[in-house]
Amino acid sequence: MDLLRIATAGSVDDGKSTLIGRLLFDSKAIFVDQLDSVEKTSHERGSEYVDLALLTDGLRAEREQGITIDVAYRYFSTPNRKFIVADTPGHIQYTRNMVTGASTSDLSIVLVDARKGLVEQSRRHAFLVSLLEVPHLVIAVNKMDLVDWSQEVFEDIRREFTDYAARLNIADVQVIPVSALTGDNVVRRSENMPWYQGASLMHHLENVQTASDSNMVDVRFPVQYVIRPHNNGHHDYRGYAGQVASGVMKAGDKVVVLPSGIPSTIKEVSTADGPVELAYPPMSVTVRLEDDLDVSRGDMIVRPNNQPQVAQNIEAMICWMSDKPMKVGQKLGIKQTTKSTRALIKELRYGLNINTLHRDEDATNLTLNEIGRISIRTTQPLLADSYHKNRTTGGFILIDEVTNNTVAAGMIIEAS
Amino acid sequence: MKVKNVTATSLRFQLDQISALEAESIFIIREVVAELERPGLLFSGGKDSAVLLHLAAKAFAPAAIPFPVVHIDTGHNFQEVLDFRDAEVARRGVRLIVGSVQDAIDAGDVVEERNGSRNRIQTPVLLDTIESHQLNALMGGARRDEEKARAKERVFSFRDEFGQWDPKNQRPELWNLYNSRLNHGESIRVFPLSNWTELDIWNYIERENVLLPSIYFAHRREVFDRHGMLFAVHPFCQPRENEIVRTEMVRYRTVGDATLTAAVSSSATTSRAIVEEVAATRITERGATRGDDQVSEAAMEDRKKEGYF
Repeated sequence: MDLLRIATAGSVDDGKSTLIGRLLFDSKAIFVDQLDSVEKTSHERGSEYVDLALLTDGLRAEREQGITIDVAYRYFSTPNRKFIVADTPGHIQYTRNMVTGASTSDLSIVLVDARKGLVEQSRRHAFLVSLLEVPHLVIAVNKMDLVDWSQEVFEDIRREFTDYAARLNIADVQVIPVSALTGDNVVRRSENMPWYQGASLMHHLENVQTASDSNMVDVRFPVQYVIRPHNNGHHDYRGYAGQVASGVMKAGDKVVVLPSGIPSTIKEVSTADGPVELAYPPMSVTVRLEDDLDVSRGDMIVRPNNQPQVAQNIEAMICWMSDKPMKVGQKLGIKQTTKSTRALIKELRYGLNINTLHRDEDATNLTLNEIGRISIRTTQPLLADSYHKNRTTGGFILIDEVTNNTVAAGMIIEAS
Repeated sequence: MKVKNVTATSLRFQLDQISALEAESIFIIREVVAELERPGLLFSGGKDSAVLLHLAAKAFAPAAIPFPVVHIDTGHNFQEVLDFRDAEVARRGVRLIVGSVQDAIDAGDVVEERNGSRNRIQTPVLLDTIESHQLNALMGGARRDEEKARAKERVFSFRDEFGQWDPKNQRPELWNLYNSRLNHGESIRVFPLSNWTELDIWNYIERENVLLPSIYFAHRREVFDRHGMLFAVHPFCQPRENEIVRTEMVRYRTVGDATLTAAVSSSATTSRAIVEEVAATRITERGATRGDDQVSEAAMEDRKKEGYF
């Protein structure tokens, strides 16, 4: 059984909470006491049916106002897979929250209301999925019950979306007609839409192939922590602990340690359970080298013939996440893999209108939830790849050094 | 043909879900130690904290666990759990810091609630303990599947100088890039088991042979019904007049205050048998066994805002 991380996004009222409630309910991840509580609340509010959205709206303010405040995480499993759902709200702050949810996902579900068709937010969500390079996208055309299960309505939406998605960089797109309220095509195949031959949403989630999504080619091992036991029996032990970002590592491999560029050979890759034959993402392991080198947190172990850039000049797309606008000339903290240093915003190349994909080259700043391409210089070199090539070594966060808040998510385009 | 080979190779490199969760948790624990000066691990002796301690040991092997464990002792604990705590601390060679609710009551720092519950008053004791030992990061075994307020909490969750959580003002958490920078007076709670479910925990306990207090496994105990839940007869939890005591095979799904934590009827004496029971159960572990969360729908959210773990 493996793990699939999902991010969901939708506009206000398109039934996202109900869809997730339905997935949890029909996969029996809802417990009797949770359902009792939801039934009671639905009844108190005079709802005719059990409002499954109440299962996911967690905080008191949300239940009172009927909105979702922040990214919430849900869990359910079937005999084949465990699913982690990052449920992101569709209203204000949508960009920030959706970028957060999408950053760790294998698959994203974007909800579209069948009565309204593609709206600005649907395009925006699909664009963010492509920006964050989420490998799989599902467009769930919801509320099919309210358009009389019409094939024509569905096909129009599908055609329109396919045209739009051609301009984006998304490897795999599925469009599925559903009704979260009635459960049609969520877990059960719909009897109301015999014209639809494809899989139900759950069937697709259970079977989507993710094995080839990880980068198994470029060995990147960011050193997270140096293990040096000061105890008898391990006097000379020096282990480099970390999580394999990409590639496959094993004892005997020739490697170099960056940024120094000093070559060595892997002596052993192990976990607390003993040596491991092959280490690959997302395994957390400890690597020992044949040579006694000065390696510390933020360094990276790679193969001699396949190295990332050792770079201080970075071109990147960023999503700005702070109320205080980004300005050219601003200095910020930056964290990329296990490396933390400082960065200067040298240039704002353009701001991007995510509805039209128009580039505004006259933009002078980025405000909350805006996306743009910037050029930065770091005080110490980053060991970086393009985000397109590597979602781990190509991503970074920017940190305001006064408030310590995370103010931007960045995706590297080019490093030199 | 070539495509088939690629798929076969890729499938070889796919971690099962328990191993993927383990790798993520170990990464988080190492990140805390690498970035924060004075971390600690909240260890109640419950199954989640036992798993957390097990993961911490694995994260730094063959070195010792590089931080102390903290226990907030309500004074109403099950003796089996206290014995387990002491045995684990000795076996792992870690330092134990105990914050005692009884001592705080005796010193007049906190006042016991009239119903005898020490759930609310353990919060100030926790905050005092953190402050007096200058711990700026405390790891805990809380999981997001436990409760609706927890589902919205970050892995690195900040507390202001009063120990309070502000759900509307959380830092975005992107990729595995945790921002651990602290403002003056702030501390962090870190939840490495955020993405685990109860079933994941039991599967892992079985796979790794994680040791647990004996009360997690079915045993004979004197119990009585209260509000539809099974409570054990305990020095701090005595049956009232019309509550009839009987002996039953029971086990605990969660371990907390003896006055608040109920047992469930069970014949599961091994972790394998418990995995089977958990997979089939239709009631959440808190719903079945925790009197404290039944007070109101927003009970946990309120306690977290006050600084509850």
